[in-house]
Amino acid sequence: MAASIAVISMSKIIKPIWGGRLATTAKVLGPTVSSRREKSTVGQIIPPPAKYGGRHTVTLIPGDGIGPELLNHVKELFRFSCVPVDFEVVNVSSATEDDINNAITAIRRNGVALKGNIETLHTLPASHKSRNNLLRTSLDLYANVMHCKSLPGVQTRHNNIDIMIIRENTEGEYSSLEHESVSGVVECLKIITRTNSLRIAEYAFKLAREKGRKRVTAVHKANIMKLGDGLFLQCCREVAAGYPDITFDAMIVDNTTMQLVSKPQQFDVMVMPNLYGNVVSNVCAGLVGGPGLVPGANYGRDYAVFETATRNTGKSIADRNIANPTAMLLASCMMLDHLKLHDYATMIRNAVLTTMNETQLHTADIGGQGTTSEVVQAIMRNIQSKGPLTSEL
Amino acid sequence: MASNAWRSMLSHVVGAAKRPTVCSRSVFSRGLQTVTLIPGDGIGPEISVAVMKIFESAKVPIQWEERNVTAIQGPGGRWMIPPDCKESMDRTLIGLKGPLKTPIAAGHPSMNLLLRKTFDLYANVRPCVSIEGYKTPYTDVDLVTIRENTEGEYSGIEHIIVDGVVQSIKLITEDASRRIAEYAFEYARNNQRNSVTAVHKANIMRMSDGLFLRKCREVAESFKDIKFTEMYLDTVCLNMVQDPTQFDVLVMPNLYGDILSDLCAGLIGGLGVTPSGNIGANGVAIFESVHGTAPDIAGLDMANPTALLLSAVMMLRHMGMHDYGKKIETACFDTIRDKQVLTGDLGGKSKCSEFTEEICRRVRDMD
Repeated sequence: MAASIAVISMSKIIKPIWGGRLATTAKVLGPTVSSRREKSTVGQIIPPPAKYGGRHTVTLIPGDGIGPELLNHVKELFRFSCVPVDFEVVNVSSATEDDINNAITAIRRNGVALKGNIETLHTLPASHKSRNNLLRTSLDLYANVMHCKSLPGVQTRHNNIDIMIIRENTEGEYSSLEHESVSGVVECLKIITRTNSLRIAEYAFKLAREKGRKRVTAVHKANIMKLGDGLFLQCCREVAAGYPDITFDAMIVDNTTMQLVSKPQQFDVMVMPNLYGNVVSNVCAGLVGGPGLVPGANYGRDYAVFETATRNTGKSIADRNIANPTAMLLASCMMLDHLKLHDYATMIRNAVLTTMNETQLHTADIGGQGTTSEVVQAIMRNIQSKGPLTSEL
Repeated sequence: MASNAWRSMLSHVVGAAKRPTVCSRSVFSRGLQTVTLIPGDGIGPEISVAVMKIFESAKVPIQWEERNVTAIQGPGGRWMIPPDCKESMDRTLIGLKGPLKTPIAAGHPSMNLLLRKTFDLYANVRPCVSIEGYKTPYTDVDLVTIRENTEGEYSGIEHIIVDGVVQSIKLITEDASRRIAEYAFEYARNNQRNSVTAVHKANIMRMSDGLFLRKCREVAESFKDIKFTEMYLDTVCLNMVQDPTQFDVLVMPNLYGDILSDLCAGLIGGLGVTPSGNIGANGVAIFESVHGTAPDIAGLDMANPTALLLSAVMMLRHMGMHDYGKKIETACFDTIRDKQVLTGDLGGKSKCSEFTEEICRRVRDMD
């Protein structure tokens, strides 16, 4: 099924004549067209095929904390706006290993997922790995992309921030390889490989070029970790040589955080290994207004998973109707863009941003008094008043 | 030089006459405490002179012993710091250090690393307090970052497994974690701080950060008067840039400490105004300014001595001389708040000597 894109995309073009019949032809011809997918180049994400005549199926993982309620709002909004997306809900509890394997299989099947954060109880022994991390590494979602942009309607200390953060998502400090050689002495391995570093650097530069960005900054600590981060930096430099139109520079991570809190406007695109990515993305999310505002995407060669950028479970605000739905809704718009449903994506995104900036209906985390449902209702009203009539779509 | 001798004799006489609070350090010679001073490179000497002048105006009963720290190669080819410096530090147990230059490809490791290894400086303490008068987007910052300084991600153990695959080892040991946790809680108690937060990433690095956390929790049991919380590194970063007032004392392993302490320094205005102290085993403590040597303004009387001065104030507090510390700190903050005499990096046009003189004047007026 996954491999029959070529035929399906053709089917979309000549759909009016052939109707849905090509879909069955594709299923028959499936295996023979599989070689097409293997030849895909890094950065060119092939959209998953639509099943049942134009409707996409997307895996939905509610997760814990505020995940389920926010994703319910997403489903509600999609239903209201008649978005041709069906959700396959897979619940993952932190307890068993089976659940996460089911989720991974579902994502392999559908190609795209929207997820909430799955809680990791760090008091459990090391054999119980972080479910989110397991998902990312099994599906090889090597690039985590986050776009931090100052929103005019949100009061923050800094303005005019527009930073794209590309973070290596599978290796580095998150390799989960630890051992206790002697009682009381624990070693944790941080792995940096040439292949993955080249891959993420390539992704970063390609994305920068696509979006018309002028400068890529690599964040590292190569003065201390000479071999590890040194390798990462070297790979970035090699890739930078192939993109002479884009300026490349490097900055040490502690200096980067210092610069981010004093002059964040100087940064354009940033690329970095896993742990520094965690720190920098959280700092940037805080600078533009908090975890409730920024969406994030995890891209792999074959799969894409969308979630909030700072991956908070939000246990303390769960089920109280005060969570900010913006991040999750913008993440779902990113997903729609990925599925090439650009009209819907733009419609929902504009509605969300208008509610945020013009009507100034804010939730508690950005200093307002609105509840989650009020915000979602306002967005729906906005779509109704501004969006095209359903019969036109 | 004669005037210096005269002044130090005077201060020693005055010091003996009005000896202030008790000092737990036992090295006393006629009421004066000796401190090893390492001026450093670049702007180091100028700012050290500035600090000495201010201390003189405040009549602090301290005698300075200046030493040089240039790596020399000892027997067996091992790089080490000059023996007279080591001897001085072992005797005085307190040091004040200016910025040191690490020449690239000098063949010897960084001087800071050498000092750290020689004296087993296991805790790096950085109090970050917003300076009234030096405007940053963040006001009311008042926190302390305590960073484990010997192991963690900076163990320096790296291997190339196969071509293209590098492994870096992060080492966490029970002893080091316990030591830093104990220091953090003791610091909190001695400085009237209310809570200690351990910063970690135990959801991902279960065993290593888990061990660090367990040790922190164990030590917290003996310090019931101090509130202990745990927070993920990413949550701390997120909340720090939105509302830094919610943090008090933060304790963490090496890498997170490096990043967070610089982040906090950025909140209050950068490394030019941030003090820092390194605490070692055996009672040794070295206080330093963490900015660079600024070779472009060295010798031009343009340097800002605030960082070294605030580190010296930290040193006074460590030695138990809280009154002197408060006096000098107040004088410094008042000068900056007034904005009349400020060095270039603080937005003014005055010289280093003028700034120093202004602080000296305020200190003298306070008596």
